[in-house]
Amino acid sequence: MMSLMTQKSIPAKQPISDWFRRNVAKLVVAPTFGLIIFFVYGFIAWTGYISFTKSKMLPTYSLEGFYQYIRLWKMTPWNVAMENLLVFGSLFILIAIVLGCLLAIALDQKVRAEGVLRTVYLYPMAISFIITGTAWKWILNPGLGIQNLVQSWGWESFSFDWLINSEMAVYTLVIAAVWQSSGFVMALFLAALRGVDSEIIKAAYLDGASLSRIYLVIILPTLRPVFLSCFFILTHMAVKSFDLVVALTGGGPGYSTIMPANFMYEMTFRRNQIGLGAASAMMMLATVMAIVIPYLYSELREKKNG
Amino acid sequence: MKSFTQKLALTTALVSSIALGAISAQAEPTAEVLHYWTSGSEAKAVKALKEDFEANGGKWLDAPVAGGGGDAQAAVLRSRVLSGNPPAAVQIKGLSIQEWAEADALGDLTKLGEEEGWDDVLPPLLQKIVKHDGKYVAVPVNIHRVDWIWANPESLAKVDGEPPRTWDEFNALADKLQAAGITPLAHGGQPWQDGTVFETVVLGMGGAEFFNKAFVEKDATTIKSDTMKKVFDQMRKMRGYVDADFSGRDWNLATSMVMRGEAAMQIMGDWAKGEFLAAGKVPGKDFLCVPTPSNGGYILNSDSFAMFNVSSEDDKAGQALLARLILGEKFQETFNLYKGSIPARMGVSTEKFDECAVKSMVDLQSASESGALVGSMAHEIAASGAIRGAILDVVTEHFNSDMTSDVAVERLAEAIELAE
Repeated sequence: MMSLMTQKSIPAKQPISDWFRRNVAKLVVAPTFGLIIFFVYGFIAWTGYISFTKSKMLPTYSLEGFYQYIRLWKMTPWNVAMENLLVFGSLFILIAIVLGCLLAIALDQKVRAEGVLRTVYLYPMAISFIITGTAWKWILNPGLGIQNLVQSWGWESFSFDWLINSEMAVYTLVIAAVWQSSGFVMALFLAALRGVDSEIIKAAYLDGASLSRIYLVIILPTLRPVFLSCFFILTHMAVKSFDLVVALTGGGPGYSTIMPANFMYEMTFRRNQIGLGAASAMMMLATVMAIVIPYLYSELREKKNG
Repeated sequence: MKSFTQKLALTTALVSSIALGAISAQAEPTAEVLHYWTSGSEAKAVKALKEDFEANGGKWLDAPVAGGGGDAQAAVLRSRVLSGNPPAAVQIKGLSIQEWAEADALGDLTKLGEEEGWDDVLPPLLQKIVKHDGKYVAVPVNIHRVDWIWANPESLAKVDGEPPRTWDEFNALADKLQAAGITPLAHGGQPWQDGTVFETVVLGMGGAEFFNKAFVEKDATTIKSDTMKKVFDQMRKMRGYVDADFSGRDWNLATSMVMRGEAAMQIMGDWAKGEFLAAGKVPGKDFLCVPTPSNGGYILNSDSFAMFNVSSEDDKAGQALLARLILGEKFQETFNLYKGSIPARMGVSTEKFDECAVKSMVDLQSASESGALVGSMAHEIAASGAIRGAILDVVTEHFNSDMTSDVAVERLAEAIELAE
């Protein structure tokens, strides 16, 4: 009976079920796609629009051209924030990748207790930046942390006061961020190293290549996609870094360690300058685009050629 | 997709009609109160208001937004107003009241104010803060004095020091303390704390007229004047009086340095008194409260509740009841005893208040009469959030670098101009 009914109904419903089968993937994706279009790209567009208005406490919608951008670039705190982003971002990405890569190579040498070591290095990633920042704030505080400890050992003239030194405070952010992220970079590299074909390495050994040469010339170049992933992940972490600054330095001493995200928050939510905040947010977006798009472009193009 | 939108619209309509129904079903004075007093003595103080309100037949809808010293609340408030559903009463202060009033978001309490005679009991400066175009739009709950020195008498006695009456005396005392190995000034290196010290020096060296010209009128010649340069010179001196680890320290940690005798003095508003009292210290014996040198000046900070435009009769009745209670003598006394501030209305009995609060009340009266009463810049009474932020940027950068006073005044004028 059942089979009869289904058999009967098939010819009539065929076009619909056929259409359904062809479009099932699109249908599944459609809601999330719609939500992302609205909540991510829609709001980016809205922020972009607001950045061209004189919005203060409440958004207004009459366009004023580049007024907010001109003001933005005249402000010392914004320029300090962009310089900090440059210093912090480049050092953080570079050191985290180099350190992560070296750790991965070291762990790849079939060391004993590798599982334990891997967990130890990866663990900081499980901690939020707020905790990392607070812990490092205590460690780096001259009166409580390292300086105090070393001085109490008898080295009275020892000084390590980066945290309270306007010139050096931005490097404390690098220390904390590298501590947090290099284990994660290591994990990515380690996974990739395990995927390298051991036959190639054995062949290189037979040819008499040294270990360092094998890594530099053979293994690392095959890890290029991992470099790309690490670069992306670390770049966006650097640009949106906000909580680490809040917890570790509070933007201080003075405002010497503020980042663009802190500036944006301060302007939008504390100083009732929505237009200016929107302009700084658009500049942050532009920064990410300026770095990521050329990199992505070159990577993808080479893949197509190769 | 079409049916999805229809469903969505239907659901929204349904939900909002339920919500509306719930609101209109109540027939009593109702006030939804949006505030950020969520911890410690502040939470206790707001609970006192709630109990008072309920005892008078009101229905209190508590809407606390914790965190960020009001930043988080501001975001909630903004979205509520934009969606056309503002809370009845919101804890905002200073120039934000004027900004919201200019956006036509605030109701009018003038009639109630006339009935209750607010014009006679509120200090004129405070009236200016809570009125817009001559209409009452908010009610003040308290007055905090900002320009206090909290001193440890034992530390002062060690160098035979007296609380300073001029900034020269302050410097001389600080030098003596430093020579005796005591940190003269307990301070936390956060922009608002730098700004707090800065404004007391501005009032002390320039007087009330100078203070208002610089921060309220934002007059460029005043900002670049020699007096302002002297103020920055004094700030540079103060930098030498703080300990090495001051960066980023919270104000209450600085207060406890004074308590323990590690530092002799702290310049901070009278919320610092709460820390001393909580530790069981007695004013006048374990700690001293003296105004910063300013020749009878007084820097005022005041919290208030602004009443937003609401349409239902219940909400309007709730606002009126709340406003009347807030400015009533009974609540002013209870609340401010909890909070450590002094009543916003004058003439409340001083009986239950401690020595420092009584001094604050007396000084307020005389400063208000002599015209030496000013609104705080660092606490957003005299200057809007944007201007205050711009001033604090320069002050804190100067304090944390070797910027000269000449450069500092130029930068100050520039930053204020950019912020407007």
